[in-house]
Amino acid sequence: MNIFGFVKRRRSAPVARERLQILLEYERCLTSQSSDLIAVLRDEIVSVVARHVVVDRDKVQVRVDRGVAVSILGVDVEIPNVMRATRGRPADPKNVRHVKSNYRRPGLKHEQR
Amino acid sequence: MAKVLVVTSGKGGVGKTTTTAALGAALAQSGQRVVLVDFDVGLRNLDLVLGAERRVVFDFINVIQGVAKLSQAVIRDKRIDTLALLPASQTRDKDALTEEGVARVIADLRRMCDWVICDSPAGIERGAILAMRHADAAIIVTNPEVSSVRDSDRIIGLLDAKTVKAEKGERIEKHLLIARYDAARAARGEMLNVEDILEILSIPLLGIIPESDEVLRASNIGCPVTLSEATGVTARAYADAARRLNGEEIEMIVPSDKKGLLVKLFGRRAA
Repeated sequence: MNIFGFVKRRRSAPVARERLQILLEYERCLTSQSSDLIAVLRDEIVSVVARHVVVDRDKVQVRVDRGVAVSILGVDVEIPNVMRATRGRPADPKNVRHVKSNYRRPGLKHEQR
Repeated sequence: MAKVLVVTSGKGGVGKTTTTAALGAALAQSGQRVVLVDFDVGLRNLDLVLGAERRVVFDFINVIQGVAKLSQAVIRDKRIDTLALLPASQTRDKDALTEEGVARVIADLRRMCDWVICDSPAGIERGAILAMRHADAAIIVTNPEVSSVRDSDRIIGLLDAKTVKAEKGERIEKHLLIARYDAARAARGEMLNVEDILEILSIPLLGIIPESDEVLRASNIGCPVTLSEATGVTARAYADAARRLNGEEIEMIVPSDKKGLLVKLFGRRAA
């Protein structure tokens, strides 16, 4: 170990400081946005969808996949096939099939910075 | 009407309980009535640090459940008669600490004294949130070390979101207390220094407590460090912090455990 290696090894505080600054900048936006933003989005999206379709509020998933350049907001709304049933005859709960409609419409897919 | 303070940190073992006892004793020594409340249900330790462990009969949860009156559970300190402790329960389930129960006890304590100091458990779970819930001001205890600083940052975020004051749109007063600070190592670049921590966390500084044997000696004998080692650097640092809490403007010194090495580094004042 040379003399420079020794000096470099001892001054570890600047490294700690830099790592913390980068990490906390990221974590601060994560905690301030994600929890509240997702709850708000979820409620508003569900109420819009519920105007037209019967939606079980517990079967809606909203999530954000964070990437380096963009983040993807994904919304999964599970719609029971009760609409088809009501067209012909009254809905019989036994005949209602719960099929997860796992498609994402382009309109519900937003890009965030 | 009392001011409610929470001593919190996120990370464990940084000096919350030591700070609660030392600041409480320092404030009580100036004649103000102080009640210390231990929120660490299941792992209470404030009683031990204060040397009151054998005098605990009823606890915080007994009061919440109506088993005991507040006056029966509060233990008066034998050394300073304006200092008192409301111990946490050691045995009960921590879910027994209810939101309404805590609100009621804190409201009652506010009428009894000048300062209510809540010693928060580590973590960001229910106990820690309840400890900060009714606070007017918070003391964030941080060690000059990456994990402690990161957890403090998280706690600062929670103080701005989960407290009653924050929910009413008011600002909760926040004070940073840097504990276990080694001025010599910080000067050599081996440890985050005071300016680094202040820049990262950007809340006003209340005090700098040195890494010192005095803290361990004080807890060994069950006496707040401000009383047992009253002339030491740690006691001095806590006493100054207590005076700043009372609104006095005192020059910030960076204490060192070595005598005669009270390095005056900068004149930053606590807000």
